[in-house]
Amino acid sequence: MIVSKQKPFEDILASLDGRSRVFLVGCAKCATVCKSGGEEEVWKMQEALTTAGKEVTGSIVIDEACHMLRVGRDLRARKEMVEEADALLVLACGAGVQSIAASAGKTTIAGADTLFLGNIRRFGQFEQRCSLCGECILTETAGICPVTVCPKGLLNGPCGGMDEGRCETDPESECVWHQIYQRLKEQQSTDNLGKIAPGKDFSRMLKPGKLKLDK
Amino acid sequence: MISQLQQKLAAGRFVITSEVCPPKGADCGEFLTTARSLNRQVDAINVTDNQGANMRIAPLAVASLLVREGIEPVYQITCRDRNRMALQSDLLGAAALGVSNILALTGDHISFGDHRQGKPVFDLDSVQLLQAISTLESGFDLAGNKLMGTPVFFAGAAAAPAAEPFELTLFKLQKKATAGARFFQTQAIFDPDRLARFTTAVSPLNVKVIAGIILLKSAGMARYMNRNVPGLKVPDHIVAEMEEASDPVAKGVEIASRIASAVRSHCDGLHIMAMGREELIPEIIKEIR
Repeated sequence: MIVSKQKPFEDILASLDGRSRVFLVGCAKCATVCKSGGEEEVWKMQEALTTAGKEVTGSIVIDEACHMLRVGRDLRARKEMVEEADALLVLACGAGVQSIAASAGKTTIAGADTLFLGNIRRFGQFEQRCSLCGECILTETAGICPVTVCPKGLLNGPCGGMDEGRCETDPESECVWHQIYQRLKEQQSTDNLGKIAPGKDFSRMLKPGKLKLDK
Repeated sequence: MISQLQQKLAAGRFVITSEVCPPKGADCGEFLTTARSLNRQVDAINVTDNQGANMRIAPLAVASLLVREGIEPVYQITCRDRNRMALQSDLLGAAALGVSNILALTGDHISFGDHRQGKPVFDLDSVQLLQAISTLESGFDLAGNKLMGTPVFFAGAAAAPAAEPFELTLFKLQKKATAGARFFQTQAIFDPDRLARFTTAVSPLNVKVIAGIILLKSAGMARYMNRNVPGLKVPDHIVAEMEEASDPVAKGVEIASRIASAVRSHCDGLHIMAMGREELIPEIIKEIR
């Protein structure tokens, strides 16, 4: 899922400066799970904005704010409330903000910061394991991604900062190459560690990414 | 230009290198004064690359100034700040400027330094950088294009003999040797037995070993380095020894020279990190030379 985090309320208010009527948008998928823009957060935002003297013209929690056609349809269904507003405040990831901005036809405020593609460790705890690099090497690395989990993205083993299996950037974290080493040892396939990985093909992740399925 | 450091090592001569941190600024007067005085004591002087992720003048620029002075540099180049194009183009620049000794490093993470909001690059890692150097030496670039002329380098890599698990670090050292490293410069050594274990383990790789020796100036500095310098771990008993000393710098010299003597037979040379007290290097290596 896409992990996002609501911006501080003062920052949101500052973005709304000079705009008194606001239409609120949340997302029923990722932003709901990471509590940046689900039903509950949209309702709380409505309360907070009202207390701060704003008028909330209406709200909607869209089932996948990144789905551009659905966003267009759902906003049309609340046309009057949207038209009444001076701005739309979106509590969703950057993909969601953009599909809404494309349909809204008026000022759109991003109410959250988008952080990473995350795994859910447990309720309310998210970790980045994949950085969408376009060329998966997990088969070679015991199912643990050094591109993402190593702060330097090193492909050929630990850097000189690793000691006692810990990462130089955070002694609380286990070096990803230590994790890979331990798992390969369990699987008795440490031979993999001796193979030189060539420089990564970063052309696989050139921006903006596009994919069109064959019919 | 043929590396004299390489020739000396090949001839079995025990070498001494040291390092001078390039200045933060374009005024290299003090840097050159230190390097000139150091030149009489050592075989080559390393110039560090934005050491500790702190922005300083380009090491290639100061390496070139050293060549002009007749001083042999070891150009440290990290993957933190340059992608594969910039690395190759700087390496070609080094060859053109007569800088042939290269220490190929991954680089400390940007979060340790003074530009923490910058984008860390790490397009290549140290093994791939060594491969890039070997590729340039074959007369081609990484994209397979032919080069005008063929640069000659003497490339080395870093090693951390005390890091655990040792077996894990050994995998990477083997890759570095395969990729073209012809010398290993180690992290500061405090335990001669660890260096002996290391040298035995890497001896089949046919790579020269230059052991790092650091001059501790105080117990506080040792503790600071333990907290803030990746890969460097001063053992408690050495910190205690510094703590109890009435003259900490003299004690630091004594410790450094004791370690230097103890590791002498396990390596092909020493790399002395004198931390701004370069005038003390003769004393540290007095029993070695």
